[in-house]
Amino acid sequence: MATKLRARAKRRISPTSERPLVQWLLIAISLAFMGIILVLPLYAVFHEAFSKGIGAYLAALTERDAQAAIRLTLLVAAIAVPLNVVFGLAASWAIAKFEFKGKAFLITLIDLPFSVSPVISGLVYVLLFGAGSFLGPWLKSYGIEVLFALPGIVLATIFVTFPFVARELIPLMQDQGTGDEEAALSLGANGWQTFFRVTLPNIKWGLLYGVLLCNARAMGEFGAVAVVSGKIRGQTTTMPLQVEMLYNEYNATAAFALASLLALLALVTLVLKSVLEWRFGEEIAAGSH
Amino acid sequence: MEVRVQNVRKEFDRFPALHDVSLDIRSGELIALLGPSGSGKTTLLRLIAGLEMPTAGRIFFGDTDASEKTVQERNIGFVFQHYALFRHMTILENISFGLKVRPRATRPPAGEIRRRALELLDLVQLAGLEKRYPNQLSGGQRQRVALARALAIEPAVLLLDEPFGALDAQVRRELRKWLREIHDRTGHTTVFVTHDQEEALELSDRLCVMSQGRIEQVGTPDDVYDHPTSPFVFGFIGESSELPVTVQNNEVWLGGRPLGLPAGDSQPGKARLFFRPHDVELVQADAALTGAVNTARRVGGTRRVELTISGANQPVEVDLPFDHPATENAALTFRPRRWKLFPAA
Amino acid sequence: MSTLAATTPRRAWGLRKPNVIPGFGLTLGFTLTYFSLIILIPLIALAIRSAGLGLDGFLKAASDPRVLGSLRVSFVTALIAASINVVFGTLLAWVLVRYRFPGRRIFDAVIDLPFALPTAVAGIALTAIYAPNGTMGALFAPLGWRIAYTPAGIVIAMIFIGLPFVVRTIQPILEEVSHEVEEASATLGANRFQTITRVILPSLTPAILTGFALAFARAVGEYGSIIFIAGNIPFVSEIAPLLIFIRLQEFNYVGATVIAVIMLLISFAILLLINLIQAWSRSRYGYGN
Repeated sequence: MATKLRARAKRRISPTSERPLVQWLLIAISLAFMGIILVLPLYAVFHEAFSKGIGAYLAALTERDAQAAIRLTLLVAAIAVPLNVVFGLAASWAIAKFEFKGKAFLITLIDLPFSVSPVISGLVYVLLFGAGSFLGPWLKSYGIEVLFALPGIVLATIFVTFPFVARELIPLMQDQGTGDEEAALSLGANGWQTFFRVTLPNIKWGLLYGVLLCNARAMGEFGAVAVVSGKIRGQTTTMPLQVEMLYNEYNATAAFALASLLALLALVTLVLKSVLEWRFGEEIAAGSH
Repeated sequence: MEVRVQNVRKEFDRFPALHDVSLDIRSGELIALLGPSGSGKTTLLRLIAGLEMPTAGRIFFGDTDASEKTVQERNIGFVFQHYALFRHMTILENISFGLKVRPRATRPPAGEIRRRALELLDLVQLAGLEKRYPNQLSGGQRQRVALARALAIEPAVLLLDEPFGALDAQVRRELRKWLREIHDRTGHTTVFVTHDQEEALELSDRLCVMSQGRIEQVGTPDDVYDHPTSPFVFGFIGESSELPVTVQNNEVWLGGRPLGLPAGDSQPGKARLFFRPHDVELVQADAALTGAVNTARRVGGTRRVELTISGANQPVEVDLPFDHPATENAALTFRPRRWKLFPAA
Repeated sequence: MSTLAATTPRRAWGLRKPNVIPGFGLTLGFTLTYFSLIILIPLIALAIRSAGLGLDGFLKAASDPRVLGSLRVSFVTALIAASINVVFGTLLAWVLVRYRFPGRRIFDAVIDLPFALPTAVAGIALTAIYAPNGTMGALFAPLGWRIAYTPAGIVIAMIFIGLPFVVRTIQPILEEVSHEVEEASATLGANRFQTITRVILPSLTPAILTGFALAFARAVGEYGSIIFIAGNIPFVSEIAPLLIFIRLQEFNYVGATVIAVIMLLISFAILLLINLIQAWSRSRYGYGN
């Protein structure tokens, strides 16, 4: 009887899956790991931010330097993201619509900033524009400050967010081929008309996806910006830098309050990104990150 | 090893894929499961393999009840449509896999495993390719490796799921012949699934025609072709033409006219007349089928004519000698030489 | 074909196959200019600076004990973190691809949190959790284990930022492993454990290696999420990117440049390694990612 029962239990399990107990065990381990490594920090941000009440939270956000940091972060993203969008569109057009020598190499080069430490991304601009460089003093003689000023922060941000839009659009446009554009051209459209009326509608969700990731990184970048900003309170501190300063001044509640805005940005980004993946999975070249 | 499928039913999420199917597979025969997609042929094969478990019914391998055994315990050889070779293993490693994963007590020594794998590679005519990876072989070669891998475990039954489905026509014909040769040489009880009637007719000792989760007919290719027992089989195997007729006074009538065809023991009333387009003769008689030619096309050695039969609303096709001067709207009078009557649904 | 090519006038560049789509010169020109200005020229500035040192100067600066110490800390911790990520990342990819459980899509989306959450935010949150009085820190404190302000804290931060690289590299490959292959293994007599260890995991090897390399590269270069939790004690928990930062603040550009060049060379070596893994995997198994 017992053997028969065991045989029955055994034959209910598909040969290509594990027994339910094993499945639930593995799911439990995975979720516990995710909970501790990923979810707990997120929870901690909000927990700490509100630990002294909503009044302290709001006070921290409305404080003058915090407001300046928020404005600077938005301004930097507003410059860096559109520039990288234009670059992403140009690069993916050149790469996806044409065959030319060195294309594979160019694609590898575009990903290059991802393998450079953010601190090094900032360092290269310090070397380029800092004291002892050739360019820095020359620009300074015309009254242009790059380091420890907005241009440096923007440059460093562009560097670290450089590949996001392009690497999203290149596989997508390669996948779509040139048929639609050729059809539009054969019907008498000119190049710009073809781009705005045919290509852009085809890639709009993929573009949005790339912009989303690019923006999240631009607003949240820390290492590269820390190197070039000089951290002048109220002037060259972006939100992440302000978080660091507050934290190092043992003002943890204010640091976490500002951090909670960035965490919120991350959550919104994740939600929008997931919605795009679920609804337009095929139109954003699923699986590419 | 003979295989008996007894009153097997299979449901997927309450949706029945097989209704009460019984089939006796003889030891050493090559039997085809033939049917359109959704007929349940692959489900039946997978049930025999143990890749699926029946909702009800039993499956016997010889005298042993295999229903309680897992796929690993059944010792079957299974060949998949898309080969399912292990891409990270060489051809030799693929073929030896089934022997290498055996428990130590029954596992042959390494040298013996290698010898047998090489022998099988020779049998499937791929000697010398043992160090290649599946990716480096053609589709036809991969399917040969898949067969060798299945044979390596000395299976009680060999099961093939659309084994030639992913190959192009030329390779498919070659492999068909080759599979028959291998079967004749090794004598394994073999079941293969196909939706290609030509393949089933040419290759199998017997075929089992399936439709909508049921077995329609089991028999030798000749038997099934010449004596289909259901309208489905008549329509599915070979070409057929169908007319709605009436049986009266032991004769077949259409549009108020007798057709000169005796109805045998068919029940009086509405019926469906089936015949093969190539199995007709032109006659000079009143009691026959008459029709006006819609189209006439030369197809190889014959002329395929589509007719509108007077008294019936649907067109039928017949084959005439290619030099027959059938022109549009010309009237033709003919009778099927062989036919079959089925009661109207 | 060859006659056609001979009669077609050579286009500008002479390196692309002619087609009717316009904009090649404009888009490629913009792409290359923008790439040069943002990425190439700054990196060249770095190269020139380090070349100015000469081999002897470079080696002398590189053999500074504190530099070597920071590199050792970075590499050892990154190696440990990437190894842990490979184990749990593979498990997570497996659970997310193979099992159906409530909230699966949400957990799948949360995997990308480290891509979206600014590193500084992650850094202070992890520190709060693993400090001796934090949620996790308090669990380990009675055992006498300290996590925050030790190399263990660095490893935790590196696990956080590296995890999505492993999961997202393995996931698509695991989805590709066909059910048929697992069924084939079962029909040949392999039990589930044998199927997983001999068939499924080996076919994931290239993806696992790639994920490992990506997570490792990211961890070595990481700055923001680590510096808060690390404690930053020279020779113990001072990472190389931080030392670059410190050297810059001391206006020791030479010292910063040397560390940066060493790190860049290593990242490029890893990048090359990843490309080799994928080329090898494609040529042998017919797939890669």
